[in-house]
Parts: sequence; structure tokens; C-alpha cells
Amino acid sequence: MTAHPEATEATPTIVLVGHGMVGQRFLEALAERGLTATHRVVVLCEEPRPAYDRVALTSYFSGKTPEELSMTDMEFIATHGIELYVGDPAETVDRSARKVTARSGQVFDYDVLVLATGSYPFVPPVPNKDAEGCFVYRTIEDLLAIEEYARTRTTGAVVGGGLLGLEAAGALKGLGLTSHIVEFAPRLMPVQVDEGGGAALLRTIEEMGLSVHTGVGTQEIVVDAEGAVTGMKLSDGSELATDLVVFSAGVRPRDQLARDCGLTVGERGGITVDEQCRTVADPHVFAIGECALAADGRVYGLVAPGYEQAETAAATIASDEAAFLGADLSTKLKLLGVDVASFGDAHGATADCLDVVYSDSRSGLYKKLVIGRDGTLLGGILVGDAEAYGTLKAFTGSVPPVSPESLVLPAGADSGVQLGPTALPDEAIICSCNNVRKGTIRGAVTEHNCTTVPEVKKCTKAGTTCGSCVKVLGQLVTAELEASGVEVDKGLCGCFAQTREELYEIVLALRINTYQDLLDRYGRDGAKGGDGCEVCKPAVGSIIASLAPTIGASGYVLDGEQASLQDSNDHFLANLQKNGSYSVVPRIPGGEITPEGLIVIGEIARDFGLYTKITGGQRIDMFGARVEQLPLIWTRLVDAGFESGHAYGKSLRTVKSCVGQTWCRYGVQDSVRMAIDLELRYRGLRSPHKLKSAVSGCARECAEAQSKDFGVIATSNGWNLYVGGNGGATPRHADLLAQDLSDAELIRLIDRFLMFYIRTADRLERTSTWLERIPGGLDHIRDVVVEDSLGICEELESLMTAHVAHYADEWATTINDPEKLARFVSFVNAPDTPDPVVGFVPERDQIKPDLPLLTIGHRPLEGSAQR
Amino acid sequence: MTLAPETTDLKVELHLDGDWFAVCDLTRLLPGRGVAALLPDGRQAALFRDRSGTLYAIDNRDPFGGAAVLSRGLTGTHEGRPFVASPLLKQRFDLATGECLDDEGVRVATYAVRTR
Ligand code: SRM
Ligand SMILES: Cc1cc2nc3c(=O)[nH]c(=O)nc-3n(C[C@H](O)[C@H](O)[C@H](O)COP(=O)(O)OP(=O)(O)OC[C@H]3O[C@@H](n4cnc5c(N)ncnc54)[C@H](O)[C@@H]3O)c2cc1C
Ligand code: SF4
Ligand code: FES
Repeated sequence: MTAHPEATEATPTIVLVGHGMVGQRFLEALAERGLTATHRVVVLCEEPRPAYDRVALTSYFSGKTPEELSMTDMEFIATHGIELYVGDPAETVDRSARKVTARSGQVFDYDVLVLATGSYPFVPPVPNKDAEGCFVYRTIEDLLAIEEYARTRTTGAVVGGGLLGLEAAGALKGLGLTSHIVEFAPRLMPVQVDEGGGAALLRTIEEMGLSVHTGVGTQEIVVDAEGAVTGMKLSDGSELATDLVVFSAGVRPRDQLARDCGLTVGERGGITVDEQCRTVADPHVFAIGECALAADGRVYGLVAPGYEQAETAAATIASDEAAFLGADLSTKLKLLGVDVASFGDAHGATADCLDVVYSDSRSGLYKKLVIGRDGTLLGGILVGDAEAYGTLKAFTGSVPPVSPESLVLPAGADSGVQLGPTALPDEAIICSCNNVRKGTIRGAVTEHNCTTVPEVKKCTKAGTTCGSCVKVLGQLVTAELEASGVEVDKGLCGCFAQTREELYEIVLALRINTYQDLLDRYGRDGAKGGDGCEVCKPAVGSIIASLAPTIGASGYVLDGEQASLQDSNDHFLANLQKNGSYSVVPRIPGGEITPEGLIVIGEIARDFGLYTKITGGQRIDMFGARVEQLPLIWTRLVDAGFESGHAYGKSLRTVKSCVGQTWCRYGVQDSVRMAIDLELRYRGLRSPHKLKSAVSGCARECAEAQSKDFGVIATSNGWNLYVGGNGGATPRHADLLAQDLSDAELIRLIDRFLMFYIRTADRLERTSTWLERIPGGLDHIRDVVVEDSLGICEELESLMTAHVAHYADEWATTINDPEKLARFVSFVNAPDTPDPVVGFVPERDQIKPDLPLLTIGHRPLEGSAQR
Repeated sequence: MTLAPETTDLKVELHLDGDWFAVCDLTRLLPGRGVAALLPDGRQAALFRDRSGTLYAIDNRDPFGGAAVLSRGLTGTHEGRPFVASPLLKQRFDLATGECLDDEGVRVATYAVRTR
């Protein structure tokens, strides 16, 4: 496509008013249809910056810069000869003369006028709504203003508990404010979810520390003598103290410009257009996006329908046939970390429909499907787990091939069926933002030779907007590649074609004890002799460390080449925190600690000004150490008899215990002693992922052993061993491997189990996923480690014996090695200067990181006192 | 690790505003790992040395997370491009050009570096 020649009197002109998300898509559609070559295109943009990703607005608070949010490629604008006037809104339209006047006084003649003016946030007419400290949440400028104002305040309230309100409340919380949400309706997100879904959402959101007030309206904003917000009066008579108010009570179409020039607008606003997005009053004028009242009588507040309208308008201008007949309001969002999705007829408005509901309030899950009499899936709501959204939405309008109940049961529940996207018909829409069907995605692989998700995204546009379909996209691409006989590469990374398990076997069988040797001999062709990558270096480093004594490698992870393989945390033997400081976690085996031990930790934390917290693993974490303080802290800890807790390593973390028989009236074995024995036996063992354990003194299970990689529960006859448990994001209860074991039997079985896991698991695969993945599952593992069906148990045991015999505390080794200590500095050329980016501010009598937010323009650091 | 025996007195220098600024002995750079240097104007540079001995220097600040920690990331090569992966959220940066491999449009500053 070529840029159009200098505009002449004869070149027809298209004027676009509003350069938001839909306006930008309209320009792209014009270019795609060749209209930028035949027309002069003028864009009037009110905001001080060209179009940006409003949907992702909130990500500004997690570090995205306005530049990164931009959707406008200036090269695109230039190549297509588009005249873009930033910061210059349209002020009046003279339809009879076909002229638009901008604020700057410029006048543009048009042949076609396209209004894409979006919406404005509705602010309820309460007294003092414009006081200092009142904001809306729509533009980057709004966010900058909120951020600036919040800097010196402590509390914020959001009026409106809809989708945007929750996002705004999360952002306020992220700015360090105590946050409230005030919603007039009896539940959160009243438009998207029903009562059950609202309840599940409420629970999760309150757990995050946000205060939710539903069923109350805002009656007045309370201000102080200077006119700044101090609180709000609610309809139940109560008053809520707050320093800042964000109104998020819905949006209204920006149709004033249209009203002023006599275009028809709807009763409740919105510029009335026909199916071609042409205004009903004037064939020369179009309206698209949130300012338009579509032919189906609705104003759409989502970006996907707006994009479709943009395409329709551009097609119509090019004299192609197109129509916008309405759109689906399905949405999937991650609100404050909670998945929320609704699709189709979510509220069950269809006559005679039935509900299938699965709800688990304990874990904040709520899933509802609306099913027609004939079994057609009509719509649904998912809260807490929206994994199935992509698939379910695509099945909407058809009868799914499996029963609806099985679609809402959680994965892992006995009858839960995982219905893969491969079962979908070709017409199913996979990416609703960009209206891409499954057939198109398959075509990208089979006809356009795409072999990766990024290539398919580029080729089809699928997955490039809200991103909620990317997971399904990945599954489809893999399935399609496999079906077309392309061998899907199972190699560890770009450097090795082998799996982790295969590399383990090579290292063990050939006694290869350096990474370079392994890479140069067994790496892929292009990778041999190179530097490897961030995936295989730590993975191989871990294999070498697990097998160190057996293959003749050093057991010390900072020795020689091994130091360069370790993940960043392992390299500093501490956990990196968000501001560049570190946390320190000494081992406290079984969670048992003497008063002297507690005092030493307390003294060290006090002397170094560290933040202390009891962790979820029954020990104490000290946060906020600068890299150069680590050796000083550890010298004192080692002197007092502490050793590394390996909180940083893919290795044994903690073995939690309950007090057990010694004190507890129910206990039947000494669970504390067993926990300490196990923790000391397996400490320092590098593994594919972290390992956690616990020992409970009786079946009441106060140590939560069944949520651990290996958990032990006392019985009156000995110990029961459970394996494959997991907390975290996908919790799994452990399976019983063997019962009533003696101490020696228990330890022998755990030795074998762990070494078999280390040998065969994938990188970063916890025992729970490993156990479910390997063919034969638990039965196979039992055959191998209990029945010794592979005849390898002796080897597994001797590998563990070697590990136990060679264990040494890596912090003790480090503080005695001056060459290694020299690495613990902020600056190689100024070893005594601490990193000035690492800063702290007080909170609840301790410290917290002073976030080093990104410099955007000349923004000072967040939370830092004005210097 | 098999490295050619080293001359011990080589210094690593960075090119700053038309001048060369001495940072440290070459021996302080472990192949495959980085170090941070404090520059006279308060900026920070992350210096790396790869397996073949090539040196690189980029800004030390992670543009995504804000902390000055790029020197502590893991290094490697991706399609022939040397990179460091940030220890915060793992985005990779080309050591030669400063470009982020995972997010086009984001880049960090680079510095010329030599030994003397
Ligand atoms: C400190 C602590 C939270 C606390 O304040 O209590 C914590 C902190 C972190 N956890 Fe955790 N977890 C802590 C107990 C837990 C527990 C509870 C437990 O161990 O009983 C769990 C659930 C149990 C489980 O793992 O099955 C837990 C599940 C996770 C997960 C999810 C694992 C999963 O399989 O889904 C991650 C992410 C990961 O490993 O990929 C994680 C990752 C992390 C990381 C390493 C995230 C990171 O990379 O920065 C945090 C770093 C700690 C630090 O900087 O020192 N943490 N984490 C707890 C340290 C325990 C300890 O003494 O070692
Ligand atoms: C925080 C937030 C989160 C969101 N999340 C989602 C989501 O997850 N999914 C989803 O689908 N949608 C979401 N939305 C809604 C989505 O952003 C909008 O649907 C979309 O931006 C509409 O595009 P538009 O171009 O019609 O309007 P806008 O993007 O608002 O653009 C209109 C532009 O026109 C300008 N303008 C107005 N009048 C004039 C004038 N007279 N002259 C010149 N310029 C003018 C305005 O300044 C504005 O820049 C979200 C919105 C917000 C604020
Ligand atoms: S698990 Fe049993 S022995 Fe242990 S504390 Fe609980 S009740 Fe007591
Ligand atoms: S559904 Fe939003 S990007 Fe695909």
C-alpha cells in the first residue's frame, strides 16, 4: 500500500473524530481496504496522546508505561499519510456545509465524517461530587492524577462495584491505600454475574483485604474546610471516612457533538445508526464504538463489538457489503486475580431454560451453565476458575458432546471431563475480540505454515486483544501440528532436544559433571559451544547438584562453573524481593526452636533493621537485607548454629510438624522428632521443583501432611506415607502410598520415592503433576518404589545415602570463602556503596520496600518522601 | 571450566561520554554471570562476560520491575542473540542491543566495553 499523494481538492476526505481504541481499529481497516491511498484521512484526537489500550489501563499500576500501552504505530500513521491532530478535539460540525471545526480553529471539509467519541464516566449528582480528591477512571490522565493524589493519603473508596469499580479498587489497594467499594446493587458486578457468582466473588475480594459495602448508595461527599474529601455519607445513614473517591458508576455515550449538530440520538443516549453504522439522520456521517446506538437498539460498552463496527463502517465506505447486527457480550476478566467470566444468556433469560450449578464457597468457586430444554448450551457464569471459558463459549448455541454437569465439575473431581478445544467445530469462535474462528486458526497452521502461537497471532490477529483466548490457541496449535504429522518438539529448550529425564540419564550414566561438557556433546547443533539459556542452565545445574557425589561434581552450588548455572536466587543463596533487596530464611527443622534461637533471630533482625514474619512453612523470614549485608547476617546466624533454609532453592523447604504425642492428648507418635529427622535428612537435596513435607501426630492432621509432596501421619502402629500432595494454585490431596510403616521403612520408602521423582520428573514439575502425568500414575510409582518392579531401588537408595553423607551447609561454606564473598556486593567497583534504588518506608512498626516504580517522564519514585 | 590462562592485570572499561571509565579487573567477571557497576553520574551498568570471553554492558535497571538487578540475571543465547533474563519477571534483554526479546519496543541502554 502506498501513501496517498498530497491531498488535492479532488481527493475525498474522511474525518475521524476520536482516536480511541475503536478509532484506531477503524484507521487500520481503512488502510487494509486501500482507502488511505484514495482518501485524505484526518483524525481529531482529544486526549494528549494517540490511541492506547484502554482495556489494559490498570496495568499502568503494575508497571506498564503509557508508551507501552500505546496502540498507535507512528510509522503506520506516516506511511498511510494520515493527518493526526493530537490534543485537538472537534468542537462543532456543520452538516449542511460538511465542515468540522476543531478547538485549534482549524476547519476541515469532509465527505465522510466518522464519530468515535467513546463514552464518559457517569458521576452521580451527589453534593460535592467535584471536590478535591474526587476522580473518575477512564484515561491515562485520570490514573496519573489518582496516583499523584494517593501518594500522601491512606484510604480510598470506589463508588460502583462493577467491573471497572473492582479494577479501580484493586488499583487503589496496589497504591497502598485501604480500599472500600460501595455498590448500590445487592451484589458485586450485578451486570455480569448472578447472586451466587456475586457471593463467591465477594468472599474472595474481602479476603484480599478490600471492604465491600453492597446495597448502599452514596448520598454525599463530605469535605473539610479546604474543600478536600474526608468521607462519604451512605444511604444507610453511616459515614465512611476516606481521603479519595473514585466514581465508577457506569458510562454514558459521548454524543453531545452529535446532538449539537442535530443528529438523532437515542432516548438514553447514543448516536442512532443503522446496520452499516451510518447515522440514520445523515448518510455522510457514521458513528462507531461506545458512542453509537447500534441497529439492535443497544450501546455496546466493550471493545470487541466496537471493532466489528469499525470494520463495518470501513467496508461500507469502500462500498463493500457489511453489517453490524449485534454482538455477544461474553467477557472473561481477571479481576484482582480472580477469574470471572460470563457468556451467552448468563442470567437465564430464555424461556424454560435450566441451570446447572457447581459452587464451592470454601475455595471461592462458582460455575453456572444455562441449558435449553433440548440440551443446547445457552450461556453461563464462571467465578474463581474460568479455565473452561474458551471451550464453553465456543459451544454456546449447540449441544455439547458431553453432559453439562461434567463441564462445570472441577478438574480432578471424579466425573470432571476435560473437554479439549479439539472437540470444537470449525465455525466455533475462539477469539471473540477479533472474531476468529477455529477453522481460521487451523488454516494458519495447515496453509500458512505457522508453527508457534506468536506466528498464529500475527497471521490471524487472534489473541492480540484481551488475551483470554491464548491458552486455547496454544492447545489448538499443538493439536493441529500433531495431527499434521509435525513432530512437536519435546526438548527441554532451544539448546537441548532431550527432555529433563533424558538429560538426567545421560548425566548419571556417563558421569558428565559439567554443563559445558553436556552442552557441547549432547546439545542441539546450533547450541553446541554456545552459552545455553535461562531454561537449561538451572535445570542441568539442578541435575548435577542432585547427583553431585555420585558423578564426581562438587556438592557446593557456587563452585566453579556451577555458580554460573544457578538461578539468580540460588546464586545469592537468598530470595530476591521486588525492590532488589533479599530475604533470609534460616532452617528451623520441624518448626521447633529454642527461646535462645528466637532471641538470636530477633537480635539479628533488629540490628539489621529487617522486616520479620512467620512464614506459612513454620519458620521465620527476615526481609529487606541488602546484598552486601547477607554475609554479615549469615556469619551471625551460622555462629548461633543456624544453617541455610534453602527458601531460594528448588530443594527441600520445610517439614512441618504438629506437637504430637509428647504434648497433645490425641497424639500417637512423636511427630516432631520425625519431622526434624526428615528435614535434616533431605535438607539441601536439589530437585526438579521444591519439596515440602509435614508430619502429623494423629489422624486429626494438624500439620496438613496430606497437602505435601510427601506427608506422614502417625498411626498407632507406625506411620502412613502420603505422596503427591500440593497446596498452591492447583491444590491436590496426597495419595496414600503405604501404611503402618516403621521408622526405617518409612525413611527407606521416602528415599526411593524422592530419588525416583528427581530422576523422572520434568523441570519445575511438582510431585503432584508428575504423579498425574507419568503413565500408570500412583500404581506405577508403587510398583517401582515398593515392589521394586524396575530393580532400581538399590541404586535409588544409594544415591540418597551419598547425598546425605555429603551434605554441607552452603552458607557456612560461603562465609569461609573470601573469593565467593567478594560477589556479595551491590557494585563491583564500589563494594562499600549500597544500591541506592533499594529503599524502605515504615509500615506497622516495621519496614516495607519503597517501590522503585519505573521512571515515566520525570516521575519521582513512588512513596519516597519528596527530596 | 576450561579457560585460557588469564593475564591478571586486565581491566574492564566502559565508554561513557567520550571517555573510558575503568570498572574492575577482568577476573571479577565470571563467564555466564554479571556484575553491577556504579557510574560517576549515579547510573548503574550491568556487565557480563560470555563463554567465549566477549564482554557486554547494559543498564542495570529492570524497566519492568524498576529494581536495579539485571546484573543478577541468568544469561544465554537465543537464536544467536546473547541475552540476560531479568531475575524479577524473567524478561530477556539482548546484551548487544539492549532490546527486550519478549516485549518489542522496550529496551535498555547499552555501553561500549573493552579490556585494557
Ligand atoms: C515466605 C512464604 C510466605 C509467607 O510469608 O508465609 C512464601 C513465599 C514465597 N513463595 Fe510460597 N511461601 C511460603 C509458603 C508457601 C506454602 C505453605 C507451605 O509451604 O505449607 C505454599 C503452599 C504449599 C505448596 O507449595 O504446595 C506455597 C506455595 C507457593 C507456590 C505455588 C506452588 C504450587 O505448586 O502451586 C509458589 C510458586 C512456585 O513455586 O512456582 C510459591 C512461591 C513463593 C516465592 C518463592 C515467590 C517468589 O518467587 O518470590 C515467595 C518467596 C519467599 C521469599 O522471598 O522469601 N509459593 N508457599 C512462605 C515460606 C515458607 C517457608 O518457610 O519456606
Ligand atoms: C479501566 C477500563 C477497563 C476496561 N476493560 C475492558 C475489558 O476488559 N474488555 C472490554 O471489552 N472493554 C473494556 N473496557 C471498555 C473499552 O475500553 C471500551 O469499550 C473501548 O475503549 C471503546 O472504544 P472507543 O474508541 O469507542 O472509545 P474510547 O476508547 O473511549 O475512545 C474515544 C476517544 O474519543 C475522544 N473524543 C471524545 N470526544 C471527542 C471530540 N469531540 N473530538 C476528538 N476526540 C474526542 C476521547 O477523548 C477518547 O480518546 C474497559 C474500559 C476501562 C476504562
Ligand atoms: S495431629 Fe493429632 S497429635 Fe498432632 S496436634 Fe493435631 S490432634 Fe494432636
Ligand atoms: S478473545 Fe480477546 S484476544 Fe482473543
